[in-house]
Amino acid sequence: MRVINKDELAGLISSGSSIMVGGFLGCGSPDRIIDILISSGTGELTIIANDTAFPEKGVGKLIVSKLVRKVIASHIGTNPETQRQMISGEIEVELVPQGTLAERVRAKGVGLGGVLTPTGLGTVVERGKQIVAVADKRFLLELPLGADFAIVKAKKADYYGNLTYALTARNFNPLMAMAAKCVIAEVEEIVPVGSIGPEEINTPGVVVDYILVGRNSGGC
Amino acid sequence: MDAREIIARRVARELKSGDLVNLGIGIPTMVANYIPSGVAVFFQSENGIIGMGPVPQEGMENEDMTNAGGMYVTALPGAMAFDSAMSFGFIRGGHLDVTVLGALQIDEKGLLANWMIPGKMIPGMGGAMDLVTGAKRVIVAMTHTGKGTPKIVEKCDFPLTSVRPVDLIVTELAVIEPTENGLLLKELAPGVSVEEVVNNTRAELIIPDTVPLMDL
Repeated sequence: MRVINKDELAGLISSGSSIMVGGFLGCGSPDRIIDILISSGTGELTIIANDTAFPEKGVGKLIVSKLVRKVIASHIGTNPETQRQMISGEIEVELVPQGTLAERVRAKGVGLGGVLTPTGLGTVVERGKQIVAVADKRFLLELPLGADFAIVKAKKADYYGNLTYALTARNFNPLMAMAAKCVIAEVEEIVPVGSIGPEEINTPGVVVDYILVGRNSGGC
Repeated sequence: MDAREIIARRVARELKSGDLVNLGIGIPTMVANYIPSGVAVFFQSENGIIGMGPVPQEGMENEDMTNAGGMYVTALPGAMAFDSAMSFGFIRGGHLDVTVLGALQIDEKGLLANWMIPGKMIPGMGGAMDLVTGAKRVIVAMTHTGKGTPKIVEKCDFPLTSVRPVDLIVTELAVIEPTENGLLLKELAPGVSVEEVVNNTRAELIIPDTVPLMDL
């Protein structure tokens, strides 16, 4: 793990990358990293996130800035700009049931070949997917979902990169931190190793590549 | 009492002490305001908490504590926070006693459509498909019609949320239960006639000789 500043971050992620973004309607999203992507004009992105938040918040800002080519999400209803760009053909949207999205990301991170879920059976979600019967019950086979980068938001990190999340700001963050080739965490503060108790750590530093200090940092 | 309050009050009476309950956005969220005294339930919000409490006082908001609609809420003593995989593990795994959701349409088999209107509105399913597929009991809380158009129909025009039928439909006019034989009219709201329900419903209803009054 290495602590980086905003210029180093801008150089890490190139246009055309696939990026998982933690957060739920902006709660628990890495806002500072998102702002850096916007100011550096990193575009043509494939974004994997629970939702596209609001036009002025979280992932929503990337959409409004027209940096996104494709979105894989469970919900876009709170961001009219996503729907507008989808209807005009500027952006491709793949809608995935929320529990299935979580499990697909988790499956990638933990090395599973897919997950079997009853969710979506008999609906449009079933289209093009393999149906698997197990002991007389039918399931959809949903495939793992990974990305070039995961950008996650944690409450704090220690200098090993161990992360701890706050309340509902956890959501997809720990799952995504396991599922991407390069993991960049935005944290509010970095504390000495040992000051986050072992049982409080939700993401171990061994899977975190870079840390950017967000709020309360005074800039860097 | 307005339509939304009638619906929320009636749904609240379906909850039992100890239930793990997930409330959707809109009218379902209002159910929390009308839990009968002596009934203690646990509210789950699918963004990652069991033990969600009410909206905080002004100035007491925590930006890391929101509900699935993105509104600031609180965590009650004894609450637990978790990630999205575990959250939907509760939902799919048979641990969620009741989910209360809104509807765009519901058909005579009790099948629900609530996540898109083709060509018009495509918000996405969010957690609805998992909730309807996985919860032990699915209650629809909705106004009986949408701008005068019946929402209870013979067959849904809009894409289905799940092939699992819902367990109960509560509107400001009636309580209706999907059964193997069709939609059973179980209760009427105060001041509402059977005829009024029938006229606002575009599906066959099973109407018993006497229909009890909705207890609010």
